[in-house]
Amino acid sequence: MIEVDNIHKSFGESHVLKGISSNFEKGKTNLIIGQSGSGKTVFLKCLLGLFTPDEGTISYDGKIYSELSASEQRNLRQEMGMVFQGSALFDSMTVQGNVMFPLGMFTKQSKSEMQDRVDFVLKRVNLVDAHNKFPSEISGGMQKRVAIARAIVMNPKYLFCDEPNSGLDPKTAILIDNLIHEITQEYDITTVINTHDMNSVMEIGEKIIFLKNGLKEWEGSNKEIFKTENEAVTDFVYSSELFKKVRQMYIEERN
Amino acid sequence: MNYIASIGSYFIMIREVFKKPTKWSIMKTLILKEIDELVYGSMGIIIFISFFIGGVVSIQTALNITNPLIPRNLIGFATRQSVILEFAPTFTSIIMAGKVGSYITSSIGTMRVTEQIDALEIMGVNSLNYLVFPKIIAMLFYPFVIAIAMYVGIFGGWTAGVFGGFSSSADFVEGLQLDFIPFHITYSFVKSIVFALIIATIPSFHGYYMKGGALEVGKASTTAFVWTSVVIIIVNYILTQLLLG
Repeated sequence: MIEVDNIHKSFGESHVLKGISSNFEKGKTNLIIGQSGSGKTVFLKCLLGLFTPDEGTISYDGKIYSELSASEQRNLRQEMGMVFQGSALFDSMTVQGNVMFPLGMFTKQSKSEMQDRVDFVLKRVNLVDAHNKFPSEISGGMQKRVAIARAIVMNPKYLFCDEPNSGLDPKTAILIDNLIHEITQEYDITTVINTHDMNSVMEIGEKIIFLKNGLKEWEGSNKEIFKTENEAVTDFVYSSELFKKVRQMYIEERN
Repeated sequence: MNYIASIGSYFIMIREVFKKPTKWSIMKTLILKEIDELVYGSMGIIIFISFFIGGVVSIQTALNITNPLIPRNLIGFATRQSVILEFAPTFTSIIMAGKVGSYITSSIGTMRVTEQIDALEIMGVNSLNYLVFPKIIAMLFYPFVIAIAMYVGIFGGWTAGVFGGFSSSADFVEGLQLDFIPFHITYSFVKSIVFALIIATIPSFHGYYMKGGALEVGKASTTAFVWTSVVIIIVNYILTQLLLG
C-alpha cells in the first residue's frame, strides 16, 4: 500500500500540489484523473521519487521514502515498475534486450534463467514473435506491451503508468487497460495510473482520485463516479455528449 | 550567475558519475561499445585531417623560408614541433569536440527527451554512471588516437615536403631529429588526456540536463560543441603555461 500524507510541491512561484492525502491499495488499479495542468504528472513523479515533495510524506508499505538513505531509496525503486506515456523503451536495444535489462542489471540469474523469464513475461503480454525487433520496428500498442513486460519482469510491488493508452486506437487502449488490470490482480501489485481516458475510468477504476488545481477534489470508485454530484468531476468526466447520455440512462435505470 | 550555477552542476554531475557503479559485466560491454563508437570510430577522420594538416604545415614552412642561410631541415623541424605540440593534441581535440561531442550530447539528450533516463532512474540505476562513466573510460584511450595523429601528421609533412619538391627526405628526417625534447611528447599526452575528459564530460552534461524536445537536442549539441571548444582552448593555454612556461 502507498500512503500519501499532505504533500505539497512548488516550482518557483507555481504551487502545483497543495496538500494531497490519499492511499493506494494493494491489488487494485488506482487512477489519478484531472484536467491538464491539474498536477497529475507532478503527483505521479512524486510517487516515483523523481520529485521530492516540499512538505508531506509518501510511504510504501510503511517505509517513508524521504527518511530512507539514498541506497535504500534505490533499492525501493527496484520494487517499482513504470510504464511511460511514450513507452521510454531503450531504442538501441531489441524488445528482448529491453525486457531483460532490469534482470541483467539487478539479478544474478544465468542467461537461460533470464531468457525463460523474458519469454514468460512477453507471453503474458501477448507478444511472442517480437523478441528480436527494435522498438522502432513495432507498433505503438506493441511498444506499450513491451513497456508493461519490462515493468513487471522484476515482479514489482508497485506499478505506475503514465497515460498508458494515449495515442492508441480505442480497441488497443481497452486491451492495454485490461492487461494492466489483470496483471495487478494476478500479482497483487499496487497500481497507480495517470490517465485522461474515460474508458479507463469506467472499466478499471477501482479507486479514482480527481485532482483540480493541485488539490484532491474527489475520491471514489468507477461505480461511485456515476452517482457523484460533485460538479467539477461531472464536468470533467461527462464532458462529451455521449458520456452525458450514458450517465442519464444509468441514473434513469437506477431510479 | 547562470554560468556559476552551471559550473556547480557540472562538478556535482562528475561526483555522481562515480557513485553507485553499474554491475561490471554490463559496464564492460558499455565501455567496449563506447571505445568502438568514440575512439575507433573517429580514427578515419583523425587520420585524414592529420595527414593534410601535416602537409600544409610543411608546405607553409617551406614557402616562408626565403633566406638561403636558413637550413632546409627547418621544414622537418617545424612540422614536428607544430604537429606534436599543437596540431595533433589541440586541433584534433577541437574536431573531436564536434564529432564525438555532438554524438554524446544528442544521444544522451534524446534519451532525456524520450524519458529513457527517467526509466533508468526509476529502475534504480545510477543513470549518470551508466551513461557517462563508460564514455570517460573510453576516452582514456584518446592519447592513442593522438599518437597516431602525430605519426600521420609528420608523415603528411614528409610526403608534401619531399614529393612537393620543397625538401629532400634526408633534410626532412634530419629536421625531425633536431633538438628533440622527449618531454614535448609527455606534454602532448598530458594535454590529450585532459582534453579527453573535457570531450567526454561537457557534452554529457549538456545532453543530460537538457530540457525540451527534438529541437532543443540540436541546440544542446551546438552549445556543447561551443563550450567544449572554449574550455579546450582555455585549458590548453593553462597547461602550456604550467608545463612549458
